[in-house]
Amino acid sequence: MSLDMASVLDVDPLLDNPRTRIVVCCGSGGVGKTTTAAALGLRAAERGRKVVVLTIDPARRLAQSMGIEELDNVPRRVPGIDASAGGELYAMMLDMKRTFDEIVEAHADEERARAILENPFYQSLSAGFAGTQEYMAMEKLGQLRARDEWDLIVVDTPPSRSALDFLDAPGRLGSFLDGKFIKVLMAPAKIGGRAGMKFLGVGMSVMSGPLNKLMGTQLLRDVQTFVAAMDTMFGGFRTRADATYRLLQAPGTAFLVVAAPERDALREAAYFVERLAAERMPLAGLVLNRVHGSEAARLPADRALAAAEALLDGSLLDGSSDGVLDGRFGPPGEALTAGATKTSENLDGSGIVDRDSGQAASRTARAPGTDAPTVPSTPESGLPQPAPSGATTAQDVTSQDPVASTARLTAGLLRLHAERMQVLARERRTRDRFTALHPEVAVAEVAALPGDVHDLTGLRAIGERLAHQTAEAIEATG
Amino acid sequence: MSRLHVVSGKGGTGKTTVAAALALALAAEGKRTLLVEVEGRQGIAQLFETEALPYEERRIAVAPGGGGEVYALAIDAERALLDYLQMFYKLGSAGRALKKIGAIDFATTIAPGLRDVLLTGKACEAVRRKDRTGRYAYDHVVMDAPPTGRITRFLNVNDEVAGLARIGPIHNQAQAVMRVLKSPQTAVHFVTLLEEMPVQETVDGIADLRAAQLPVGGVVINMVRPEVLDEADVEVAANGSRAAVARTLSHALDRTGFGGTRHPGLAERLVDPLVAQAREHTERLALERRGRREIADLALPTYELELLGDGVDLAGLYRMARELRKQGVSE
Repeated sequence: MSLDMASVLDVDPLLDNPRTRIVVCCGSGGVGKTTTAAALGLRAAERGRKVVVLTIDPARRLAQSMGIEELDNVPRRVPGIDASAGGELYAMMLDMKRTFDEIVEAHADEERARAILENPFYQSLSAGFAGTQEYMAMEKLGQLRARDEWDLIVVDTPPSRSALDFLDAPGRLGSFLDGKFIKVLMAPAKIGGRAGMKFLGVGMSVMSGPLNKLMGTQLLRDVQTFVAAMDTMFGGFRTRADATYRLLQAPGTAFLVVAAPERDALREAAYFVERLAAERMPLAGLVLNRVHGSEAARLPADRALAAAEALLDGSLLDGSSDGVLDGRFGPPGEALTAGATKTSENLDGSGIVDRDSGQAASRTARAPGTDAPTVPSTPESGLPQPAPSGATTAQDVTSQDPVASTARLTAGLLRLHAERMQVLARERRTRDRFTALHPEVAVAEVAALPGDVHDLTGLRAIGERLAHQTAEAIEATG
Repeated sequence: MSRLHVVSGKGGTGKTTVAAALALALAAEGKRTLLVEVEGRQGIAQLFETEALPYEERRIAVAPGGGGEVYALAIDAERALLDYLQMFYKLGSAGRALKKIGAIDFATTIAPGLRDVLLTGKACEAVRRKDRTGRYAYDHVVMDAPPTGRITRFLNVNDEVAGLARIGPIHNQAQAVMRVLKSPQTAVHFVTLLEEMPVQETVDGIADLRAAQLPVGGVVINMVRPEVLDEADVEVAANGSRAAVARTLSHALDRTGFGGTRHPGLAERLVDPLVAQAREHTERLALERRGRREIADLALPTYELELLGDGVDLAGLYRMARELRKQGVSE
């Protein structure tokens, strides 16, 4: 429906374009962000680009699906991809502490680096207090980009409480570094020297009372030592955070907002779209994962349900030409799965049988009395209306009554279809609301898979689905 | 039984919804529960169809079955910190000065470990709070907690902080919080779907919790789909009885005013897609069975909630609460 109005996101030109250097996948947790990032990376690599996928989520399965037992902080070559187009794929997983340590080692002299690395406050901070992750992801992205070894970097953003945290991290750090607090903390360090600090320095005279009271002398000292030791590095932090932020605004960057067709996920996606626009960051489009489709969409849910109910409650008997069959079946209720629906006396059986096959049905309807439904079935699936054999093959062992059993089966198929169509309708409503708010956002839909992705083949299949939008969209919208 | 219920789960499993349903379930029979939100998403307000929750405990629902009440609180780390400063240190204007120079910002954002201390601390305070008569202010506190990947660190942060601040009020506060969190008063529940990744994360998360000696509660399996057809059915429909199914379908559609004579051949064309959908259904059921086995291996109390076809509204929430009660969550 509305997909025709919303523009369709075409990922291949985006991935193929040599000017695309960074693709950032963002969105709320549990929407398949990491898988999307990996699938895009694989697709780009198999289309000839040299790609690195930076993942934040330590999903072991995904690492394994790329043929790597454990991902770590160093990009590893992914084996087994189709390299015929000349591409390569690397993957790595962000190790926050390692990344933080590397920054310290790279930007402080040896003695100072050791002082920082041994500081208990630093150890806690770098081991991953929430929030550090977002900053370190940005830092790593900046590093990878600076190395310029890859044509394309695909980034999967941290599973933060909100997708927006990722964008806020550098700014937050910046405002902290500009803040007075750090100057207050720094003041005694500057006066007393960085090793043996005095806490009664001029800068601290006002604050040391409450701070000491709050934090305890020892913690305050640790924090101050930490801040003092990091002093020279902060400038670098700030510069790099700003540089990475600008990198995200540059034309070579494309943001993909990933969502599932659910209310919460799409609400987050909408926030993110608005936020990216406010930050003038380039949004390529929305990837909508786990969208359900149906090849039988022309049969609406209510019709399917009505038909299923009619099959199970016997209403089909009314005015049926097959009244002749009434009462010849065994107790029909038993043939149905317990509690499937209220079953009326006469049930399905006779009513649902077409005139031309009625005879056959009635014949076999008596047969099961033998309790040996051993009549071998003839292969017939290709035949549209094989009048006599249809009923003879209804050898569902769970039922003594082949007609009732077929009715139950057919009702089951219809019920499943009705459920599917309800899901479809709900997903469509949710998506339409998003599209109405943001008609400018191109959308790519990825059909739901029954299970998880386990290997490159699975990732490749997702890449295919992502790329072949038009065909799918037409199918889905019928 | 435990009084602090921490509800975690992988993103997308319906953690907030289950936390809300649990709060309702525990509030039945005249009990009073507090539902606490720590991630600033206002998910509770949306669920209960009210305006955004302020930083104050406010009644948002009456429990089914007489007299019970659910209060809700969205904890704001910065406000919680100022509260603490006031409560414990009587800092007054010095607290405001701290805020002015960015110390509060520092505490709640740059050192988010402290933020987690405040969030868990506030919840534990509500658990311990008593009224003048010595009764607990809340019979139960339910926390909509961070997702599985972060829950152990989140709950354990006070241990870390107690190690960092080896003496002083922060140390004492952190230790007091840890005492509640590690006691049988607390139970950490996991919400999962019967899908591979959420099940795996649940298993891993429980192992982490146990390693950290935090009390594991139960597993809530959410969005369970009823089994409509099984593999044998689908095989029969696809092969043995395909023609009979086609005829039955044709007739049923015709009789209910769709297909049949007006759309000749429609039923026949529908059979294969319908069978394909049924096959996906059974594939998913097979995966769900595997997931269920893995969860059963954990040997924890397990609750199952059915998928609500039209998404969760207020009525659905009450239905989930009733279901949780029926399955003995409040025993």
